Amino acid sequence: MATTKDTTPVHELRPVTQETRIPERFIPTPTIEPGHSFSTITDHISTIVLRKKTPLGWFFGFLIALGGVTVLTTTISVLIGKGVGIWGINHPSGWGMDIINFVWWIGIGHAGTLISAILLLLRQEWRTSINRFAEAMTLFAVASAGLYPALHTGRPWYDFWMFPYPNTMSLWPQFRSPLMWDVFAVSTYATVSALFWYVGLIPDLATLRDRATNLWVKRAYGMFALGWRGSAKHWHRYEHAYLLLAGLSTPLVLSVHTIVSFDFAVAQLPGWHSTFFPPYFVAGAVFAGFAMVLTLAIPARKVFKLEDFITMRHLENMGKVMLATGLIVAYAYAMEWFYGLYSGNVFEIFMLKNRAFGPYKGMYIALWVCNGFAPQLMWFKRFRTSPFWLFVTAMFVNVGMWLERFVIIPASLHRDFLPSSWGMYHGTFWDWSMFVGSIGLFFALLFLFVRFLPMISIFEMRTLLPEAQAHAEGEEH
Amino acid sequence: MAIGKIREGLYGVIAEFHDPQTLLDAANHVREQGYTSIDAFSPFPIHGLAEAVGFHKSRLSLIVLTMGILGGLGGFFMCWYANVIAYPLNIGGKPFNSWPAWIPITFECVILLAAFGAVFGMLALNGLPMPYHPVFNVRRFDSASRDKFFLVIQARDPKFKLDEARRLLESLGPREVTDVPW
Repeated sequence: MATTKDTTPVHELRPVTQETRIPERFIPTPTIEPGHSFSTITDHISTIVLRKKTPLGWFFGFLIALGGVTVLTTTISVLIGKGVGIWGINHPSGWGMDIINFVWWIGIGHAGTLISAILLLLRQEWRTSINRFAEAMTLFAVASAGLYPALHTGRPWYDFWMFPYPNTMSLWPQFRSPLMWDVFAVSTYATVSALFWYVGLIPDLATLRDRATNLWVKRAYGMFALGWRGSAKHWHRYEHAYLLLAGLSTPLVLSVHTIVSFDFAVAQLPGWHSTFFPPYFVAGAVFAGFAMVLTLAIPARKVFKLEDFITMRHLENMGKVMLATGLIVAYAYAMEWFYGLYSGNVFEIFMLKNRAFGPYKGMYIALWVCNGFAPQLMWFKRFRTSPFWLFVTAMFVNVGMWLERFVIIPASLHRDFLPSSWGMYHGTFWDWSMFVGSIGLFFALLFLFVRFLPMISIFEMRTLLPEAQAHAEGEEH
Repeated sequence: MAIGKIREGLYGVIAEFHDPQTLLDAANHVREQGYTSIDAFSPFPIHGLAEAVGFHKSRLSLIVLTMGILGGLGGFFMCWYANVIAYPLNIGGKPFNSWPAWIPITFECVILLAAFGAVFGMLALNGLPMPYHPVFNVRRFDSASRDKFFLVIQARDPKFKLDEARRLLESLGPREVTDVPW
């Protein structure tokens, strides 16, 4: 059948009424390269998972990531043995790299649900080839994030006290505390993201079940596919459920970083106590998330030869989102100065001076370079359409968002109201090993994901083909 | 292919099609002939296909709404019970029933339970997980998750007569028509 199929790209099928052709620059770049059919899409994506021989590069990368996991488990063991004193946290900086890294990871974990849910509701079709990958990234980022507050409690074996249950001590959690809100926000987010991801996977797991040749592989995928058979009635409820989940996830994803920002904004500390923290944090999360998706997608599309599915249009659009959210973040940095100076409060003004000219001024300048100036490259189509420059910009943003949290947390904490209680904060070896370890965990999970699950939603890619369109008789196009 | 016979006889007759348009037209035609127990299978959702096989309204929205309301009431009750009845704490002289502070948790509980409702409600209404189904006995049904489209008329349909159903499906331009054993 493939030979008789019209392979003209969609954008050239549109009726041209005028004599002159539409100029090249007005023709959108396709979200899927021409020449594909239902079967080629299915085979291309499922073969990455089902091939018998695992490429050597995968083992190489996975081993490095596992090395990181070893660093993580070692750090956690020492931490549990000796206590949080092995970290650099002190008085006055009770929160250090543990909370910086928590906020950094959870911010990265926002892109997945944003791409899957919000862009779905906004009918942005280009999301289709990157949503599965971004959702997986979300889950693994949230897993890495969750480690930090759980271990920061100092006695992680009592963490279950944070959940309300009738107990012999007659104790109950303090639900007025933003830290409790955070427990509920992050655990709900992790659960709903996992459900969203799994529901999206069910039809593709059925494809893998039907395409696998090895009996045990078939059974393994079959078990998770739940007996999906693509019935029209099932699809109808499935799409309904997916849409409802997207509708539920949209306010959820906005609420999570809002609540994370409450951890700071509800406190009285200058540099934390401001009403614009929620939108500022949410924009920062989207910014960080898209930067991380770009960081991962650019090498992945190259290595797995997915350029037909993750086209330049996707990369360019992500660059645009990065620019837009980057501008919001830069605006927030500027507004911090306005709020501080306009308040006339001596402590607020001191905090700003201390940020820009105090002991952590290098961090603050680097923050502006990474988050304020580097994304401005994305104004230019030349940089926006170059994978190399996109990658470079995304790396700047990854670093910049970490610096942002450093500037917010220790740089505000270390000099508060009383000069006699001032101090300094420095990450120790164990702070850094924990950070490296959580990156290792993130990549180890990601390597497992690309090996065992389809990293692009196969069934959604099929719907992008022009021949997927069917119309009942009498129905208008 | 059958793992174990659970019932004797015929589940129905199935036809395989090459493209979604033919399947949609075929499903509409079969329904217009008066068949009620029909189903279609496709590798991706096709707009209007569920209606074409006689599917009308899904109760999923109601389930999700109910779960969301339960989550909201439950979440708020949890905070209220813990901080007013079971373990009242005086925080800066604020009233014990300081409900605005419980809105974030109430909201998260709404989302959590509603999401459970959407996912598990969808699976339950679809009758999943269901590892065995007669259509899996069809040799070429593997491609229903790849690039082919299927339409089945079930034997339990009151109008079902094997020859007639077969002839009807064959007239709709299929690649192949086969019987589906239980």
